[in-house]
Amino acid sequence: MGRTLAEKVWDAHVVRRADGEPDLLYIDLHLVHEVTSPQAFEALRLAGRPVRRPDLTIATEDHNVPTTDTLLPIADPVSRAQVEALRKNAADFGVRLHPMNDPGQGIVHVVGPQLGLTQPGMTVVCGDSHTATHGAFGALAFGIGTSQVEHVLATQTLPQSRPKTMAITVEGALPEGVTAKDLILAIIAEIGTGGGQGYVLEYRGEAVRSLSMEGRMTVCNMSIEAGARAGMIAPDETTFEFLKGRPHAPKGADWDAAVAYWKTLATDEDAAFDREVVIDASTLTPFVTWGTNPGQGVPLGASVPDPASFADPGVRAAAERALVYMGLTAGTPLREIAVDTVFIGSCTNGRLSDLRAAADILRGRKVADGLRVLIVPGSMQVKADAEAEGLDEVFRASGAEWRSAGCSMCLGMNPDTLKPGERSASTSNRNFEGRQGQGGRTHLVSPQVAAATAVLGRFAAPADL
Amino acid sequence: MEAFTTHTGRAVPLRRSDVDTDQIIPSDWLKRIERTGFGAGLFSQWRTDPSFVLNNPAHAGATILLAGPNFGSGSSREHAVWALQDYGFRAVIAPKFADIFRGNSLGNGLLTVVLPAETVDALLAAVEADPATEITVDLAAREVRGAGIVAPFELDDFTRWRLMEGLDDVGLTLRHADAVAAFEQTRPSWLPSTTPA
Repeated sequence: MGRTLAEKVWDAHVVRRADGEPDLLYIDLHLVHEVTSPQAFEALRLAGRPVRRPDLTIATEDHNVPTTDTLLPIADPVSRAQVEALRKNAADFGVRLHPMNDPGQGIVHVVGPQLGLTQPGMTVVCGDSHTATHGAFGALAFGIGTSQVEHVLATQTLPQSRPKTMAITVEGALPEGVTAKDLILAIIAEIGTGGGQGYVLEYRGEAVRSLSMEGRMTVCNMSIEAGARAGMIAPDETTFEFLKGRPHAPKGADWDAAVAYWKTLATDEDAAFDREVVIDASTLTPFVTWGTNPGQGVPLGASVPDPASFADPGVRAAAERALVYMGLTAGTPLREIAVDTVFIGSCTNGRLSDLRAAADILRGRKVADGLRVLIVPGSMQVKADAEAEGLDEVFRASGAEWRSAGCSMCLGMNPDTLKPGERSASTSNRNFEGRQGQGGRTHLVSPQVAAATAVLGRFAAPADL
Repeated sequence: MEAFTTHTGRAVPLRRSDVDTDQIIPSDWLKRIERTGFGAGLFSQWRTDPSFVLNNPAHAGATILLAGPNFGSGSSREHAVWALQDYGFRAVIAPKFADIFRGNSLGNGLLTVVLPAETVDALLAAVEADPATEITVDLAAREVRGAGIVAPFELDDFTRWRLMEGLDDVGLTLRHADAVAAFEQTRPSWLPSTTPA
């Protein structure tokens, strides 16, 4: 019987298999950032162990870094100490690091693909749950904890139990104005925040094939929000076109050999998935979350749901709690809800195409009075590319703030946070309580909806302008 | 890591679903570079509410956490496990755990026990009715006992053995260093290196 994409990549990386034990998988690329690595490096130091493969490891500073005044020392002493710890660890253990202000610096999941380090068929890990982003290339990529970061640093392997596979087939074409972000939010609302638990998801179908690599990264990025271990998309010409010529992509005869292999990775016709979900793309519309987990979302044209409409008592209780936290009343149309802040950025939607989409809407328009709009590129390279196209001028002219690269308000570990009670339209990936600042209220949206919302001051689609 | 064989203690009933790791340990706490001292940050935002269950003195000193489905969702932060352990928890019982959190917990000796939703509900009800209720989590027998309930749970033999011996994965894997080296010889030449191009 045939095998799925995930099974092929898995099987190609098994170092050791023993009855009753997890498989020992080889890791092709280990991405490191300042937040989840210090305790791992310290454990290596205590045990007198080196990093086994510094040449398969790369680090960047992203979670803590300020996005303004980046030439000044980091004001928060605890953040500064953590960034300095990464610098010392990278130097001591021989790991390549892209520090603040380096042209290669950026969010770890933007940096890997931009360098061409993320390639089809690879295993990629990082101490960050949004590592599934790299699955857009047909890599098996998943987030790990700090003990596992230590394990990979020390051994370049990871013991893992074999996951189940789920096909998510999106049939038909996405309607005009519906984006990759709307698609993944709709998928999460469909299968639930725990629906992917124990599975690797494979996104398939016409609507997925039609997405750009950046759109595919947006989809795979949020696989974890459905509880999945990873999300993948089979590599195709779109993938190869994106990779060709990137600094770390194969060259010459190696390129040809790699492409020949990559073409074998697609799921076989006769392979079986453990679960299959089919989504009709033609029914999708721009999506907005109303609650405190990414599964609590509805189409932009809908209203805040009534908790009483949920049959499951646990779901109902969670919805009631979410509405209290979010300060929302059931039945309010989403389009009538005003926001205080718009955040465009993150590993989900901080790439060049996201910024272009936002700029197309903000060009020649002004952001609503009193609204704070932060545009935070996913990497310094994205920033440079955007500035070369004049996007920074478009944003500034509209009244938005143009920042330096980092995770920024996605999780508010740097100074970019919401104040208690403030409401945001955010292109990031999590609307958990306090995610963007204690008491802050987050609604997840696409860059297009974020930009239109910035203009009107309440949730809107570009078509509303 | 501390070995886990069997543990008896009182429990905290956290009747909520989708408890994400941002709630277990908010991101402000993630700036620390140490592995200890996270207990003070456990559920720190929710603890500002006096009615939050962890603030109920009747549950002081409890060592088992009872929670709703999809516990530990979201961020991969292992700090969530460190916070639960530092606060004093030895085990968490829920109908379903998020994958990364589960891996992190079992890697650190915090036993995460999956029981059917009805059984967790019965335990929650028993502890809410009488906070002095003692619950035993017996890893050797793969069984939870308490409040008149005897509930078997599943955990694979390998993980059970590793927890009962208190072994960490790095040491176990290094026993197979030869297999790792042999595998490395078979990797295709086109695979990327992070050495600056």
